[in-house]
Amino acid sequence: MPETLSSPRPPAVEPRNPATEDPPLVRLALISVALLFLGLFLFIPVIAVFVQALSSGLGAYLRAIVDPEARAAIRLTLMTAAIAVPLNVAFGIAASWVIARFDFPGKQAILTLIDLPFSVSPVISGMLFVLLLGVHAPIGGWLADHGIRIIFAEPGIVLATIFVTFPLAARELIPIMQAVGSEEEEAAIVLGAGGWQMFFRVTLPNVKLGLLYGMVLCNARAMGEFGAVSVVSGHIRGHTNTMPLYIEILYNDYQFAAAFAVSSLLTLLAIATLIAKRFLERRVVPAKPEQDEITAKVAA
Amino acid sequence: MSIELRNISKKFGDFVAVDNISLHIETGELVALLGLSGSGKTTLLRIIAGLETPDTGEVLFHGEDAVDVSVRDRKVGFVFQHYALFRHMTVFENVAFGLRVLPRKARPAETEVARRVHELLKLVQLDFLADRYPSQLSGGQRQRVALARTLAVEPKVLLLDEPFGALDAKVRQELRRWLRRLHDEIKITSVFVTHDQEEALELANRIVVMNNGHVEQIGSAEEVYHHPANAFVYNFLGNVNLFHGRIENGRVFLGDTAVELESTHAHAHPDETGKAVLYVRPHLLEIVLQPNGKQTFPATVKSINPAGPQVKVELVAEWGDMVQVEISHDRYQALHLEPGANVFLRPKEQKLFVYQI
Repeated sequence: MPETLSSPRPPAVEPRNPATEDPPLVRLALISVALLFLGLFLFIPVIAVFVQALSSGLGAYLRAIVDPEARAAIRLTLMTAAIAVPLNVAFGIAASWVIARFDFPGKQAILTLIDLPFSVSPVISGMLFVLLLGVHAPIGGWLADHGIRIIFAEPGIVLATIFVTFPLAARELIPIMQAVGSEEEEAAIVLGAGGWQMFFRVTLPNVKLGLLYGMVLCNARAMGEFGAVSVVSGHIRGHTNTMPLYIEILYNDYQFAAAFAVSSLLTLLAIATLIAKRFLERRVVPAKPEQDEITAKVAA
Repeated sequence: MSIELRNISKKFGDFVAVDNISLHIETGELVALLGLSGSGKTTLLRIIAGLETPDTGEVLFHGEDAVDVSVRDRKVGFVFQHYALFRHMTVFENVAFGLRVLPRKARPAETEVARRVHELLKLVQLDFLADRYPSQLSGGQRQRVALARTLAVEPKVLLLDEPFGALDAKVRQELRRWLRRLHDEIKITSVFVTHDQEEALELANRIVVMNNGHVEQIGSAEEVYHHPANAFVYNFLGNVNLFHGRIENGRVFLGDTAVELESTHAHAHPDETGKAVLYVRPHLLEIVLQPNGKQTFPATVKSINPAGPQVKVELVAEWGDMVQVEISHDRYQALHLEPGANVFLRPKEQKLFVYQI
């Protein structure tokens, strides 16, 4: 079409395709609905947490946070996440690689089993551990005889958290691994790379976005888990209380300002996680076009 | 390095991908594995590379058993059909990969890596793209980067899986010639897989025609084209017209008209019924306006396509079969052909291929 080529193009900000564009009214309506929803269900609650937290003044807020019991809860929550996330990531990478690359009997069963912690209620997940490892159960009894306490102690909390976060990284990675395919890995091997070289130079970089996303999800769940942890914790103040459990105790004690103060801290941790993800995303995905489109799409 | 395959078989479940294939490839040869998809050619190539393990049989590199030699130690270069470039690395890093994963002792210094990579990128005429990512390249450029990456580790054997399959015709032609020149230059033993007979005929020293997991014929382009071992090879290596006829007393009869043709091919021994299938290439049929005894058979012109170096004429034989004929433009002018015209066809009999059924 020579006319289009010779005619001066309007200084458009970005090329728009009129074929896929909706009328202004529709666009306005859709954007308003999205923003309204976001505001109502996301921004207002988050702001409310902070408003409530500071309702008794800044002094009360700080006192609530530096309280020894609060500090113990924070420490336990961070420790739990610090153990659960790396284990989850390691399992996620191994499981997704095996599932995406190989066909073996029982693959479908594994896929179903991976989802199990999602499909059962967290409370039941906690109960499972009490039944299995409690002092009155054979294994738990044996461990107790040897001085190892799991239920109503920190190991139980970590175990329960690992259990409920189990599928997160794997679920993120399986579709990405499948989309990326094994050709690049084969190419690496033929070029003389060893197994680990292939993994760190080819496999991992290709799934890094999904991995990052899996880590964020896993971290959020690990810090925020209530149901399963509640069952195995025993709510021993200063010992086996994670932040969510501690918040509930404060709330039930009518210490609303303190409850919201710790809540605000948990919220801040979540926001920090998201910021860290954005930062890492930029570092592992240098600015380049099209690159990582598949991974980004699958991850989203 | 020479490659020897002995009685290689490979099954995937119930599907026999490679069925008892033996093959010897000389040092410095450029061999094509030619066949339809599903004929086992890619599986065979992957077995040579060590990416698949054969169920039975031996692979020998330079006379030494290689089945237990791991892929990374085989010193083979493998170019994948879809290039398999590392998408998160620049062109430079892609080509440098093979050098960077060498054991620490053998790994060249960074300046040496840079020198080698640029040398290879110059060889494939892509030095100016060193900082790009694979997604920013065209298909032909990606393929050349893949080749440079493979050559960086100085393989003893170069294996290419449908190297030009995903490219458009013009680029394919160009790369084909380029690969031929490259092979003449570096004399590396090469095997490539293709379904394109033209590509195989143009590039390869020897062609291995494969079908359903076994070898139909091995030979030079000249041999497989002009002396096909069987009907499959003849049929596969170019367009062909297929006639059902009979053979009686060494003579071939077509349709009801008892067209009499001299059967000169060794395979044309009649069975009890005398039934036979005749294969004739479109350019080996002549169009004449007058019948010539029993050497010709009548046909009606259906359509004419004068675009291209030859005029393609589609006709219907008297007994209903479609026939394709290619004639020169001069001949076409002289004949004054029109759709609907009644003409006669005469096979240039020496090149007739008769196959017993």
